[in-house]
Amino acid sequence: MAANVITVDRVSKQFKINSNKSLKEMVVNRGQTKAHATEFWALRDVSFEVQAGTTLGLIGHNGSGKSTLLKLIGGILTPTSGTIRRRGRLAALLELGAGFHGDLTGRENVYLNAAILGLTRQQTDRYFDDIVAFSGIEKFIDTQVKFYSSGMYVRLAFSVAIHVDPEILLIDEVLAVGDEAFQRKCLDKIKTFQREGRTIVFVTHGLDQVRELCDRVILLDHGDVVIDGDPIAAVRTIRDTWQDEAVTEAAARDIPAAELGNGEMSIGAVRTLDASGAETSRLSPNEPCTFEFEVSSTGRTTDWVSGIAIENHLDQLCYGVNSGLMGRQLEPIQGDRTVRFHVPALALGEGHYHLTVAVHSLEGIEYARKNRVANFKVYSDREQVGPVFLEPTLEIR
Amino acid sequence: MPPITTTESASGRTTPVNGTQETTSAALELHGHGDVDVDQLPMTVVHARRSFVRGFGEDVRDIWSFRGLLVQLVRKELKVKYKDSVLGFFWTLVRPMIQLVIYYVAFTIFLGNSQPAYAIFIFSGLVIWGLFTDILGGCTGSIVGNGGLLKKTYFPREIFPLSVVGAAIVNFLFQMIVLLAALALSAAIGQRVVPTWDLALVPLALVVCVVWGTALGLFLAAATVYLRDLQHLIEVIILALFWMVPIVYSVTLPLNSFAANGHQTLLTLYLANPMLNVIAAFQRAFYTMGPEYTLQANLWPRLAFFLVVGLGLLWLAQRYFSRVQGNFAQEL
Repeated sequence: MAANVITVDRVSKQFKINSNKSLKEMVVNRGQTKAHATEFWALRDVSFEVQAGTTLGLIGHNGSGKSTLLKLIGGILTPTSGTIRRRGRLAALLELGAGFHGDLTGRENVYLNAAILGLTRQQTDRYFDDIVAFSGIEKFIDTQVKFYSSGMYVRLAFSVAIHVDPEILLIDEVLAVGDEAFQRKCLDKIKTFQREGRTIVFVTHGLDQVRELCDRVILLDHGDVVIDGDPIAAVRTIRDTWQDEAVTEAAARDIPAAELGNGEMSIGAVRTLDASGAETSRLSPNEPCTFEFEVSSTGRTTDWVSGIAIENHLDQLCYGVNSGLMGRQLEPIQGDRTVRFHVPALALGEGHYHLTVAVHSLEGIEYARKNRVANFKVYSDREQVGPVFLEPTLEIR
Repeated sequence: MPPITTTESASGRTTPVNGTQETTSAALELHGHGDVDVDQLPMTVVHARRSFVRGFGEDVRDIWSFRGLLVQLVRKELKVKYKDSVLGFFWTLVRPMIQLVIYYVAFTIFLGNSQPAYAIFIFSGLVIWGLFTDILGGCTGSIVGNGGLLKKTYFPREIFPLSVVGAAIVNFLFQMIVLLAALALSAAIGQRVVPTWDLALVPLALVVCVVWGTALGLFLAAATVYLRDLQHLIEVIILALFWMVPIVYSVTLPLNSFAANGHQTLLTLYLANPMLNVIAAFQRAFYTMGPEYTLQANLWPRLAFFLVVGLGLLWLAQRYFSRVQGNFAQEL
């Protein structure tokens, strides 16, 4: 068993928000100071240990205390009660380029930022070329950083941070910056860190990132640890909770499922059916399933096309098809019909998906549409990431 | 719309763990230990509460380990201040020069002051007073002004005011060059410039000034976080203090006046100002055109006394700073 590098022992953090900061306010609001000081607990009695080589993801809503926890580990805030212990050099990437000064050149900022992260001048000299090479902005290294694009800024900042050679790396939602190629580069670097047995604690909202990178997850809710454990299970629980909340919220606001179109036709119930034909909201990859919905036309409609679209929780279109694309000309419709799209083997990976159904004319004039009307989850026993389920085999020759 | 059933999602798929030590050990085995051997490193408490009396030494060690950053921040302060201005660093010299010209014109031409080499007199006081006020004024806003950095990174917070002190000392050294040049010039035109043993007072006076400035600066830097008015208050106080020390007037004028009117207490209070003694030392060392214009007391024991008191204050200020610094990030 690897040694602990971070122990958090019954740590609580209380914030007092007292808006009186000047003499004038103190005099004007005399006597109300007590009332003005609003207190709340950002963290309550949190305890855990992190072993060397672990990649720990901290997740939770905004205001759940995850950033506070990260700052406590980093020593930026001090706990109200409890103790935090850690060993080894720590680099905190709470905000890329936090120590950057716009009036200094890239080169000067590299030295300044490296010093903030604890490097000596000699050490920075040694890493300097690597830092610049990784950032890919050799041409602009002697330009003042205020003239940098935000992408260049971030590249240089991240580049400095990963070269300081820490035992513990704290990252706060900074991976969501830079172009995709650079993000990939950063993720690769983080994976190298993991292979080298370093400890990473990071805060993120990207649940896919959690599944991809973490081997442990702590879910915080209003300052309490709700889940501490395996990332796949934790991510699943979080997705379910958020989904439920979104549904409740929509219900609370009394928003009817969006019905669009010119009204020439209408769409009734929409269902997802499993292999046995029973209605369900939980499907499995590689299993057959059916998307079924009722359509009706009051008049006689001769040209109509019926289609479905599947989007994931990020509103990304994962799949879409219609009868026209399938090469089918539909019989004229008057009255009610049931449309079924049979899927022989569902090729979707684990996640939450929304089904949108529509009917329209051959020219594309929409008769009726129901957006994101049926939600279903796909649970998979396979470890993989992304919305597509492929199940490849591996061969190495 | 198909309902999302909560019972379903919670059915045995998740493993909510209330305790602590749950880690996927399988995942750990995947990672080798690489070249890092953290087991050997000591486990330290983050922000261990240090004793008020004895914590000073440990805090100083922490600051010392960040001396590289201190140097970087001093360079930054100096570079950034005059970046993009045509005259650049010369502005550091322009400000006291203009001050000098104003006082010179006002006192010799308008008020008919006949003191010889009056410009040298003013400048020898102004140069060290400038250091003191730069430290005080700069330190006061140093924590509040660096809020962005403070909330995102950790290093000993004393580094912020100390970098102000460092930059102020560099500015001071440049002004000293100007003072020495002015002395050479006035010697060349035949004024009495003689090196005396009083020159040995300069390093001691400088240390007293820096120690008091740093002590007050550390205290003000921390206190301003809780009471922002201090930033403005200190400007006014510096303005008033300027006339409490003999820079533009000779120290003998108030001394004679207090003595003549029998204000013995006022006299003692006036002389008890550490900056008055520091300035007197500088004037004695650099203004040798007439002893009747400078303070003719034995400055060695006085400065030594103020150094001891100043060091005591510095210790107290650092302990106060260290006590409250844990809350800086959340107060800003």
